Formats: sequence, C-alpha cells, structure tokens
Amino acid sequence: MASVSVRNVRKSFGSTEVLHGVSVEIADGEFVVLVGPSGCGKSTLLRMIAGLENITSGEIAIGGRVVNNVPPKDRDIAMVFQNYALYPHMTVRDNMGFSLSLAKAPREVIEAEVGRAARILGLEGLLHRYPRQLSGGQRQRVAMGRAIVRNPQVFLFDEPLSNLDAKLRVQMRAEIRELQLRLNTTTVYVTHDQIEAMTMADKIVVMNSGNVEQIGPPLELYDRPANLFVAGFIGSPAMNMIEGRIEGGAFRSPDGTAWPLPPANGPGAAPAGPLIYGVRPEHFRLAPGEGIPATVQVVEPTGSETQVLLRVGGASVVGAFRERIGTKPGEVLPVLPDPALVHLFDRETGRRL
Amino acid sequence: MSVTAAPSWSRARQEPGWLARVFDSKPFLIVACLFPAVGLLMVFLTYPLGLGIWLAFTDTRIGRSGQWVGLENFEYLMGDPTFWTAVFYSVFYTAVATVGKFALGLWLALLLNNHLPFKSLIRAIILLPWIVPTVLSAIAFWWIYDPQFSIISYVFVDVLGLRDRYFDFLGSAWPARFSLIAANIWRGIPFVAICLLAGLQTISPSLYEAALLDGATPWQRFTRITVPLLMPILAIVMTFSIIFTFTDFQLVYAITRGGPVNSTHLMATLAFQRGIAGQELAEGAAIAVAMIPFLVFATLFSYFALARRKWQQGESND
Repeated sequence: MASVSVRNVRKSFGSTEVLHGVSVEIADGEFVVLVGPSGCGKSTLLRMIAGLENITSGEIAIGGRVVNNVPPKDRDIAMVFQNYALYPHMTVRDNMGFSLSLAKAPREVIEAEVGRAARILGLEGLLHRYPRQLSGGQRQRVAMGRAIVRNPQVFLFDEPLSNLDAKLRVQMRAEIRELQLRLNTTTVYVTHDQIEAMTMADKIVVMNSGNVEQIGPPLELYDRPANLFVAGFIGSPAMNMIEGRIEGGAFRSPDGTAWPLPPANGPGAAPAGPLIYGVRPEHFRLAPGEGIPATVQVVEPTGSETQVLLRVGGASVVGAFRERIGTKPGEVLPVLPDPALVHLFDRETGRRL
Repeated sequence: MSVTAAPSWSRARQEPGWLARVFDSKPFLIVACLFPAVGLLMVFLTYPLGLGIWLAFTDTRIGRSGQWVGLENFEYLMGDPTFWTAVFYSVFYTAVATVGKFALGLWLALLLNNHLPFKSLIRAIILLPWIVPTVLSAIAFWWIYDPQFSIISYVFVDVLGLRDRYFDFLGSAWPARFSLIAANIWRGIPFVAICLLAGLQTISPSLYEAALLDGATPWQRFTRITVPLLMPILAIVMTFSIIFTFTDFQLVYAITRGGPVNSTHLMATLAFQRGIAGQELAEGAAIAVAMIPFLVFATLFSYFALARRKWQQGESND
C-alpha cells in the first residue's frame, strides 16, 4: 500500500507541452479517477506514473520515494491497458504468471499466486485458454488478474472499460470498484466517461488541456463545480448555461427573462459584470403560476425520467423531470429552477462565484 | 366521379435466348471460369514438370529423341561423385546461407523497427540488393572476388597492410564455397528483413509495455514476446527462403560456373551443365528431378510449421 504524489509535473513532446504543471496527492488505498476529454493529458499522466513516459519536470513519488528515475518494473505498480495487452501466445495461466516467471519464482509460488488471483476474479475454469478464446469481459478480468498477481502497491487503469459493450461496462465498473475495496490497493484510473468517474471514484481529478480543473469527491464536483468546465463536464444531461447579468434582485438573460438567484447571492452581493447562470436539468420543477413560461420543443421519455428540450426566451434549456409529464411539443410549461441548487459563474474567468 | 380501372398490363416476359441460358448454367460457368487458370497451369507448370520427369527416365540427348530407360540415369548418378558433391554443396549452401540470412535479416528488421532518422530512406536502401538483377550483382561479386582486382584484397593488403598476399577467393574449393554463400546472403537479406519487419510491426507496442511493467529485460522481451509472436511469419519466410536458396542458379553460374573442379556446383547448375552444355538432356533432367524430394521436404516442413498454432485458434471477439 502506498500513497502517490504528483508534484508540479510537466510533460513536453518536442516543443509541445501537454501537461502544464499538474499536482495531485493520492492517499494510501484511495481510488482516484483522472477524467477529462480526449487529449487532456490524463493518459500521459498515468503513463508517467507507470514509468512508460519520462517526466520533463516535476516529481512523482510512490510511497514517499521519488520514482522519476526508477525503471517501471521497480516502481511496484501494475497497469491494466485499454486493449488489455494480453500476450496472445500464452494461456491465461501464463499471462497471469508471466511477471513471476520472469522473476524466476518457483513453480509452486507461481501456481499459488495465479490460483489466488483466479479465485478472486472467478477465472479458475479459464486458466488453460488463450486470450483469443475469451470474451471481452473475460479478457478484461485476465488483465486485472495479471495486475493482482504482482501484488503491487498501486494499480493503474488506462480506460479499461472502453472496449466493452455498455451493459458489461456497468457490470465491470462495479466489479473493479468492489475488487479495489477488497484489496484496498491505491488505484489510479483514467477514463473519459464522467459516469465511470462519478460512480467509482473516492476522488476525481478533472483535467482539461494539460491542466487540473478541479480535484474533489464526486458529489462535491457535482454540487459545487469550481468552474464552467467542470460544471459542463460532470453531470448528464449537461448543466444548462444561460448568459446574462444580475439586475434588480434577479438574474436576467438578454431577452429579459428573470431567473431566481441562489439565497446567498442576494441583491447586496450582486456582482456587476456579465455572468453565466448554471442550472442542472434535474433541478427544474413544474411550478404552475410562478414558473417561467417555457415552450416544449422535444420530449424524450426514458422511463425513469422525462427529458424535455425547452425554449425560454432566446435560450434553449433541458429539463429532466422524475414525474411523467404528459406534454407535447408546442405546449408551454411553467418551469422553475430550485434557487438553492443553481450556480453562478463569472463569464470572463469561468470561475464559480 | 367515375373510377376508371387501370388497363391491366404487365411487362412482356421475354424467353431467355440460348446464349443467356448457356451463361446461366452452372456447369458451363464452372468450366469457363476454371479454364484460363487450369490452362495456364497445365501449359506452364504441369507440362514442363511432367516432361522433365519423363526425360529423366529416358536417354534423350539434345537433337535426338530418347528411349525409355527406367532408372538407369539415377543408377548412374548414384555412382557419380560430382553429383554427390553437388548434393552436399546444395544442402550446405542452403543451410549456411539460410542461417546467415535470418540472423542478419532479423537483426536488421529489429533495428529498422526502432525509430531511426531517415527511416524510409534506409528501408529503401536495404531493398536495393534484392531489386538489382541477380546476374548484375553476381558480376559485381565476381569482380569483388577477382584474384587480382579484388577490392577486399586491395583494402587488406595495400591499404591496411594486414596481409602480404592477395586473397584467393575463387581459386580453391572451400573459399569459393563460402564466397558464394556470402554473395547469396547479401542478396537474400532484404527479403528476410522486410518480411520480418512487417511481422514485427504487427506486434502491438502495448505488449512490450506490459512486459516492461512485468519486469522483462530487453533480452527477455525478445525471447518471450518477439520471437514467439514472430514465429508464424518467420516459418513462412524461412520456407520461401529455403526453396529459393536450394534452387539458386544465377549466382553460382555467373560467378564460378560450378568450379573450381566442380566443387561449387549446386544441383541446379549441375543439371544445366550436364543437360544443356553437355547435351545429356536426360541426365540433366534426372539431376533436376532429384531436387524434388528436398523441395517436398521443405514444403512439408512449412506445412507442419505453419499449421496454425494453438494460440492463434479460436474466435476473435474484436
């Protein structure tokens, strides 16, 4: 078990800097998810922790030991690759025992360790098979088994579920999380899928174009996004963003619609400049009489909730309602955001107010 | 409002003509489609092969049609030391040249699989020995191996002063044999290197990364990942290489013509020497037919070595 410290790490490929000074502290036994859009540098950071990419500047420490110049095999980490990287010419047993066999461990030790990992993952019946003869989920498990056999201090996962179909992904998501809790091994997990990040992480690191946007527990990121990027990235469907400014105790969009302000932002504290008003689709409710009139454009029932694309003045907003509202395009709904759950951002800096 | 029924009309069904019926019939199509391929194979492969085998059992000479003599030609060859020298040298030549080509070709392929500056230029240069006509490069080697004008002798004797006598490359049996093998290796490397490079590039880099994390040294990554994954393509390239080398003719005939004293005859050059130059067509054919068992063996080797390995079987779920 070990903590991982990433201190002001930068990475350049030639003259292009792809990580601009990233710092993350990962506690012992913590499950940390690096999440962000493609090209944000999350996989590069993971590969730097693994030792597959060198560090241009800054420091990475595993268990208190700076590993900048430690070769990957001595870092006491194990990695699960996106394409699993199973050795196609070896059986499941040999794949899982490869690291031990390289270390010239006695046969009984290899058997015991592989057996232990196979039991943890339910792979006992597949040990004699070759990777080609396995399904996607089984390969995924073998890749994890290979990591478990090494009994590492840190697990690294590089988008391990992106090659699986949607249903299996949900199942493996829970399996990986459950496994991590059982083994209590520090884990760094890279994904571009914010649902995976939200459901699995103890702590999420949101990255964007080589910078860390926010670090925090999943619900904190959901409840108090530090900036517009995090607000838009976390949550599905995405948060509605409405431009405007505060005038006369309410937020007014350019077309004059008045939106209720959060309690803390009373008239006294009102900032003058242009703002962004953020409200999540699920924080709208129907309020006959007091609601803002919104024209229904598209209705998307999903069963558990109904998503409605609405037009309010000049802005398009999405509302998600738990109740089954029987509405049709063209109708006008009175919608009202919950003032306690709306967010205000500075339009220039993107920061939360 | 009156409703007018549409006049009932249907497109007149045309009876297919006899040509259309012929082209629709499966037996005709099978014959018509197979004919060109079968015809070419019969004319250019089966007939010459059959004729060669038939000639081997006759006493045909150039300008005189022969009689069936059964195994007489082979009985004669059994007692012919020159034939046995050629058999020995063919096997020796193939074995040593194949080992050399694969050692150097694999080394080159591994080198080219790395990131090198001017990678594509280097790859193009490597192909050069292969695209130069063999006879042309054979003449170049003949010049390199010349007793008086050899550049190797010049470098060693006149430039470096390491020796005081010129090399005698082609003047006696063993040096001539190894000189020819060296020329064959030089010519064969590009084929091996490029094929193996293609094989190396099918190996996913993430396997090497996984092995790196699993603690494999560079040598272990080579022996435990690269070699097993390269085996399928290595086997097929090796089979081709063995067949090409065993049937080699041009290099030997252009550089030594089998000399000195028949010591560098391959079976192919000896067959030509006896059959065409010596006019004993039947005997030449018998020597050529004697190559068939060796080639069948090489092909069987490939058949069994190439039989899909266990790990390549099974459904891919990608």
